[in-house]
Amino acid sequence: MKILVAVKRVIDYNVQIRVKEDGSGVVTDNVKMSTNPPDDNAIEEAVKIKEAGKASEIIAVTVGEEKAQETVRKALAVGADRGIHVKVDSILEPLAVSKILKKIVEKENPDLVFMGKQAIDDDCNQTGQMLAAHLNWPQATFASKIEVKENSLEVTREVDEGLETIEVNTPAIVTCDLRLNEPRYASLPNIMKAKKKPIEQINASDLGVDTNPRIEHIKIEEPPKRKAGIKVASVEELVQKLKNEAKVI
Amino acid sequence: MSVLLIAEHNNKEVKSFTLNAITAASQIDQDLHVLLIGHNADDVAKSLSEVPLVKKVLHMDNEIYENYIAENYTSAILKHADKYSHIVCSANTFGKNLMPRIAALLDISQVSDIIKVIAPDTFLRPIYAGNAFATVKSNDDKKCITIRPTSFEAAETTGGSAEIEKVDAADKTENTKFVNREEIKSDRPELGTARIVISGGRGLQSGENFKLITDVADKLNAAIGASRAAVDAGYITNEHQVGQTGKVVVPDLYIAVGISGAIQHLAGMKESKVIVAINKDGEAPIFSVADYGLEADLFEALPQFLEELNKLNTIQK
Repeated sequence: MKILVAVKRVIDYNVQIRVKEDGSGVVTDNVKMSTNPPDDNAIEEAVKIKEAGKASEIIAVTVGEEKAQETVRKALAVGADRGIHVKVDSILEPLAVSKILKKIVEKENPDLVFMGKQAIDDDCNQTGQMLAAHLNWPQATFASKIEVKENSLEVTREVDEGLETIEVNTPAIVTCDLRLNEPRYASLPNIMKAKKKPIEQINASDLGVDTNPRIEHIKIEEPPKRKAGIKVASVEELVQKLKNEAKVI
Repeated sequence: MSVLLIAEHNNKEVKSFTLNAITAASQIDQDLHVLLIGHNADDVAKSLSEVPLVKKVLHMDNEIYENYIAENYTSAILKHADKYSHIVCSANTFGKNLMPRIAALLDISQVSDIIKVIAPDTFLRPIYAGNAFATVKSNDDKKCITIRPTSFEAAETTGGSAEIEKVDAADKTENTKFVNREEIKSDRPELGTARIVISGGRGLQSGENFKLITDVADKLNAAIGASRAAVDAGYITNEHQVGQTGKVVVPDLYIAVGISGAIQHLAGMKESKVIVAINKDGEAPIFSVADYGLEADLFEALPQFLEELNKLNTIQK
């Protein structure tokens, strides 16, 4: 069984975002970038399935600018076998990314495609479902547990009410929740070894996919700031303030 | 222009977030139709028809819709998509799972999680865990939109009398099967709609210690939330998680206890009207969004808090 894992390079989750003054976006120059956190869970799960002898090959794919390769390299260091970097010069919408991934799936014929449930930059939560739609494959989103069966997966999904379990026939798309597993760190020897693993580069423009933006970003701005609060000295004071000043209890 | 809203329900009742989504949808265009896909859900159809903002209910009833499967819902919705300028639903796990599948098949670039309708093609949405707001304009002919429910008031539920039209079912997928759902039943208010939320974090140190939170929640008739750290540590189940990838809450009062205030947690609660933080680390980032901060050991502060609340006899329900 072959697993394709899609990863995205995003601003690191610990970085405090700064909005550009001209309203055109957020500051990314000299900002720490990392793999989108739930994409790390997606890679980890694929590696675990391979370690359990249920997968033969893991391919990590990313769609992004030159430096997006770093995320593929990291996936290779934790256990992916080879990488694909689809080069683009601009930021693509999930619809365009899903069309590119469809081309990669058609080329590689994986049995499973894993990715994080949401990218923490645009917070869209779309790509996996869109890819599933383009391929007419079943989708199991927000997965917190995956059980590999013969020709199917049983997936536990985190939903508003609690947990839901579905069974999807393969080939299938799974989008991963942060609770799916604990991503491992790459060891130094594995980081060195990963440097020798192949990453195929493909220009998105060669795939014959319409990647033109459909959504205009008119303005990016800072959210309204909360006015500064106060520190209270005691529980009594807190309760009095909540009752008499804020009037919420 | 007409808007088609996809209702979320359990065949007995409309889920409350659908009512918030109705309000947003009616701001896009007043010709708002609701598609109800379910099985033996006549009561749901009736209650939707009584929502004054709803102009028509399309009711698709078939046993294949006993449980919500995104693939089956998608084929059902696509049967009706041509007649509408907008297809919308709530941006919770229901709608997040569903809408991109529809959008992709219609070749539409979806606008996710809107918090304001600026014009029928222009919306405000948070990005980067709410650390930036983007004003976006969709240039697709038809729009697929998900709505952040807590950013809109719930629609009135009585006084309307929209027509209910029965419509035929669509194809069923053979590739996805519903197995089961573990719903945690609770007498407490729902986290997404509660007036007061009290949340615990890693500072609680154990699941047993969450009882300190529960006791205060009982007193205040509050919903219980948690940080991701607390859920990951197994102190409490996932449906309590508040944050960027959990639930977004906007209560009148949010009490964060033993939560340091990672960006991802703040994304889920910083629009709350009044925020209280109780934490023994005076430098914790949670204090930067708190209206009232109490630097204290929660194991002492929570029992005292409960005691002080017990002295008041006027707790609003």
